[in-house]
Amino acid sequence: MGANSTTPRTDIRISGLSKVFGSGPAAVAAITDANLEIRHGEFVSLLGPSGCGKTTLLRIIAGLEIPTAGSIEVRGKPVWSGTARSTEATRPVSMMFQEARLFPWFTVAENVALPLRIAGIDRAKRRERAHEICETVGLKGFEDHRPTALSGGMRQRASLARALVTDPEVLLLDEPFGALDAMTRDALNVELMEVCARAKVTTILVTHSITEAAFLSDSVVVLAPRPARITNIVEISFERPRDLDLQRRVEFQDMVGHLRHLLTGAAA
Amino acid sequence: MSPRSQRLFLPIAAVIVFLAAWSLYVHTAVVSAFVLPPPEAIVAALSKMVFDPKLWHHVLVTATETVSGFVIAVLLGVFLGFFMARIPPVEWAAKPFIIVFQLIPKIALAPLFILWFGFGLESKIVISAALAFFPVFSNALVAFKSIEPGDRDVMVILQARPMQRFVMLELPTALPVILTGMEVAVVLAMIGAIVGEFIGGNEGLGFLAVSYLQNLAVPDLFGVIVLLTLMGLILYALIGRLRAWLTPWHVSTNHAM
Repeated sequence: MGANSTTPRTDIRISGLSKVFGSGPAAVAAITDANLEIRHGEFVSLLGPSGCGKTTLLRIIAGLEIPTAGSIEVRGKPVWSGTARSTEATRPVSMMFQEARLFPWFTVAENVALPLRIAGIDRAKRRERAHEICETVGLKGFEDHRPTALSGGMRQRASLARALVTDPEVLLLDEPFGALDAMTRDALNVELMEVCARAKVTTILVTHSITEAAFLSDSVVVLAPRPARITNIVEISFERPRDLDLQRRVEFQDMVGHLRHLLTGAAA
Repeated sequence: MSPRSQRLFLPIAAVIVFLAAWSLYVHTAVVSAFVLPPPEAIVAALSKMVFDPKLWHHVLVTATETVSGFVIAVLLGVFLGFFMARIPPVEWAAKPFIIVFQLIPKIALAPLFILWFGFGLESKIVISAALAFFPVFSNALVAFKSIEPGDRDVMVILQARPMQRFVMLELPTALPVILTGMEVAVVLAMIGAIVGEFIGGNEGLGFLAVSYLQNLAVPDLFGVIVLLTLMGLILYALIGRLRAWLTPWHVSTNHAM
């Protein structure tokens, strides 16, 4: 699938994964019998309407939710052993949320450097690295600002910088640009794609935008609600690097149409 | 006059008009200057008092009791608030005690504290802490409970240890609300100290007020009230400074004095 390598190793292996919230008659299946393998460096989108369990699946991979059944491994190490989250398996995993989740008591640079501070890296080193990554994501000159002084798009840049500052192996994105306007969103998606390719990071993106999924991904996992489950896995083989012109091409439109058909078919 | 200079001028003018009316009332009406001294008599009494080193000893005693009681209340309130927010069963178990202790008029306990802790500073510090505890505790409890799950998720992903989570997320999130509790608590701490001095002991501004009353030195009594008000003002302003220093990022800081 990954256009950039021959036989990459499997980074994430999900088998027979189910998650039920609540119990008894009030129980809701958030995801049922999910099976998925994601190879190193791959960009995968989880695409589906709300209620299809895409966010739950992502949160289980992150170790934020405990699965009811099945297993999830990151680079061969199980994320959950019993009810305990494995810090070793999840250490190379980074996550970015729909809201920037920056802390207003820190400056932009301090927010970006927070993962390094928690990991015990000394002040000078983490400041240097924070400035470096701020430049990569287009935040140069904003390092000493408060997050509240930034626009929504700039906040998400800072949030992305914080997610990348530790050089993660796996990057989980929960609709990171969903609350932004279309233009900012397009621009950030292009940058995200470039940053992820350069960092060779395995990326899983949760989205309900068909265009976004088709544009960014090496493969799109289509999910359906009631019961929440994976229905299709579609490979997207447009050559990289991609730019926004790709979205005007007929093959791209066909792919979007195909994905839409799968989504509506799955929802029916 | 510009709105800016009006804002400066009007409160000063209002105070002057009030004091003049007060003075005029005492001099013209049937009220005895003995019961309600005119402002100039209070100023005269005050200017005599401030040169008496014994006064400053009393000020120091009340200030010590107030600040000690306040600090104990803050430490205990934040600590218990954090633990009950963190471990709900602790809150469930403590609930009846919290409700009862909240409902008891704490001032009614003051004589009991004198009995238990003696006539010295200790009993006043305990009364002061008992009064100041609740606003800090209940604000801390709500504040620590209101940490957003999304922010917690960030700290889980970053594998923060409990102490790091506390220092980098929980305490900064809770601080603005805790500081609001502290603003209320610092005034209550002073009331606690004064009430303690009323009841027993032989030092402090509360004791001084009672002894002036017994000597029928009403202008001096008013002087003590003025001093206590000033002390309250200073303590309140200090919390405002603390807010500006600890939570410069928060909207509440712009409204602090």
